[in-house]
Amino acid sequence: MTTLASLPPVSATAPVAEPPARFGDLFAAEWIKMRSLRSTAWTLVLTSLFVIGSAAVASLSHYHSQPHYSALGQRLHLFSLRDAFPVAGYLTLMLVAGSIGAVTAVSEYSSGLIRTTMVAVPARGSVVLAKAAVLAAVWTALGTIIATASFAVSQSILDGWHAGFPIAHPDALRALTASALLAPVCALIGLGLGILIRHSAATMVTSTFTLLMLPPIFSSGTHWSADVRNAMVQSAWGRLAQDGEPSPGSGFLHPTAAGSWVTYVAWPLIAIVLALVVVRYRDV
Amino acid sequence: MIEVIELTKSYGGKTAVDQLSFTVRPGLVTGFLGPNGAGKTTTLRVILGLDAPTGGTAAVSGVPFRSHPRGLRHVGALLDAGHVHGGRTATAHLTALARSNGISTLRVEEVLGEVGLAEVAGRRIGTFSLGMKQRLGIATALLGDPPVLMFDEPINGMDPEGVLWVRLLFRRLAAEGRTVFLSSHLMTEMEQTADQLVVIGQGRLIAAESVQSFAARSTRLSVIVGTPQAAELTALLTAAGASVEPEGSPGAERLAVTGLPADRIGALAFEHRILLHELAIRRASLEEAFMELTADSVEYLAGRSR
Repeated sequence: MTTLASLPPVSATAPVAEPPARFGDLFAAEWIKMRSLRSTAWTLVLTSLFVIGSAAVASLSHYHSQPHYSALGQRLHLFSLRDAFPVAGYLTLMLVAGSIGAVTAVSEYSSGLIRTTMVAVPARGSVVLAKAAVLAAVWTALGTIIATASFAVSQSILDGWHAGFPIAHPDALRALTASALLAPVCALIGLGLGILIRHSAATMVTSTFTLLMLPPIFSSGTHWSADVRNAMVQSAWGRLAQDGEPSPGSGFLHPTAAGSWVTYVAWPLIAIVLALVVVRYRDV
Repeated sequence: MIEVIELTKSYGGKTAVDQLSFTVRPGLVTGFLGPNGAGKTTTLRVILGLDAPTGGTAAVSGVPFRSHPRGLRHVGALLDAGHVHGGRTATAHLTALARSNGISTLRVEEVLGEVGLAEVAGRRIGTFSLGMKQRLGIATALLGDPPVLMFDEPINGMDPEGVLWVRLLFRRLAAEGRTVFLSSHLMTEMEQTADQLVVIGQGRLIAAESVQSFAARSTRLSVIVGTPQAAELTALLTAAGASVEPEGSPGAERLAVTGLPADRIGALAFEHRILLHELAIRRASLEEAFMELTADSVEYLAGRSR
């Protein structure tokens, strides 16, 4: 360094005029990133159509078999909610939302864009939160549209037999809310896993395995196994969106509604908190 | 101003940067030289707060870069032209970055024009050549109009016109009083662009000085001799104690002579009636000084047995 001493000294700290750092700017930036990928729009549209279509198919199937049911079966309308929020459609929604959440992080890591992003915004935690906020907003809006549409489509079909569920029914409202929130919950879990794992294929496999494959591994037969299963997002959604109140005496093997809501909050919360901790200390 | 003090960075057991100290001053173009694997990129990443140092500090304008919540107005950096998403257009890429720092979209158009990408602004980056991606990376660095600019191998993949443009751009940015720090393993490029040099090898500082002083370090001053009687002259000069290396192509052979001054070579040739058509003192090039100084610290040497 002594060899540079002959150079004229220049002030080390030139003041930089800068507006205050606003979270809204980061949210807008992440929104631009999501919006500017053509594949995102296509994925969202096709997924929405598939989920709503699956509700229509399930409802039509029951519509045609309705005359063959017993009087009791016709009265309970238990299948109505399951037709409005069918497993095939909503597990697909979980898969897509989890994957898109993961891609939001993983695509930046695999291309190296994350370094460009973090040089522009050294406050890494804020970047993670902005990504989470955009995912939550987009998927909550879309999830609400999808859940409302699939409910409306299935009920308009089943209404032909007066087998519909009124939206004002508490079970119907709860099912609709849980189904609408399923997508943002999975998207946030995907995002958290993406930041933790960083590698595309490993993240996708982990996200899909955790959301879809893991719950059936744990049976409802034993206490501990049932507890684990009940703490899964998929079981929570099933409890909130598809089942009525379990009959008394069925014991501990069913998740409670309250417990299911806790599951809905805990999974994305833990995923994002872990991501925030890791992203702060790990080299990019 | 960039100040690196006693910087050490290890990955696992391997030390990439070892107790490195140097200062990069504003108003000058400073070249960051070293063979591949010398630790240049690691150093830049630590300065940019992407990697945490194992020891020592790196400060930009007196503070660690990561202490800024938003970075573009403090430091503009091009680390790798590939650090983009190929599915976005150049405009979308820059707009997202600008927006995150509260910079207007007008500035995005401005920098796209400045780097010559205005016409392809709406094209997806995946269709860009490496040279175009380098220009986009430079546009990213310029977005926040920062006082400090860092570029890692910025001319890779650029055509001659692009190289000339980027050289003038760096000179202009420095003339505006900014700190311009660019890494390269291409000595010849530095000779034409940089005022100052920071040279490292195997993570350690080899030199931090002006380009001229660095070039003057080479001990291999040589005299270039052109003659049709190369064999005779070679024998003569060798007998006089010089060492002679033939160079050039057949038909235009020349001799690079070290160990004898030009006037002695001329006198010897004259005494023995050997025709000379060229006799020139070759100033040590940056390239030679660099090769000489880093010879001990080259990480990946072709043909070296391990």
